[in-house]
Amino acid sequence: MELARVEGTVVSTVKADSLRGRKLLLVNLLGPDTTPTDNYLVAIDSVGAGVGEVVLIVRGSSARQTESLGKVPTDSSIIAIIDSIELKGKIVFEK
Amino acid sequence: MRYGEVIGKIWATQKDKQLGGLKLYVIQPLDESQKSIGRPLIAVDTINASDGDRVFWVTGGEATLAFKNRRIPSDATIVGFVDRLDV
Repeated sequence: MELARVEGTVVSTVKADSLRGRKLLLVNLLGPDTTPTDNYLVAIDSVGAGVGEVVLIVRGSSARQTESLGKVPTDSSIIAIIDSIELKGKIVFEK
Repeated sequence: MRYGEVIGKIWATQKDKQLGGLKLYVIQPLDESQKSIGRPLIAVDTINASDGDRVFWVTGGEATLAFKNRRIPSDATIVGFVDRLDV
């Protein structure tokens, strides 16, 4: 998985039926110490993430393995909101 | 699969139910001479690894299959310790 920061909400009224009712967020992928990579994704949120939060992104076919997303056309899903990150014994991020 | 070292851990209370009780580690991919190659990533732990352990992990859709009875939303799952590399 990868870390990302939620930068914004994607509002889309005309979209695939199977995406109806799904929350789409624009995220910026981060390194493990939360430095931005400026590599952006549109990800489906299934945990109630808000703008500015650091989240965990799963990609590829695994992105559909959450309970509610079985048949949804997504290759990137937000599966966790990060509380803290420890790298080599040091806390580098805290919510 | 890929080879690397556990270099950190992340905590998340608000997460997908299927990740409940699972530890999430930061992993640095390594080459055969233990040099870091490429960017670190986050993986689900299934073998009780800890900081500094050399491990290997399965990526992509197969990473969801690490547990016999359920699938998990993971694209990187640690599935084994590496005791030694004979190169």
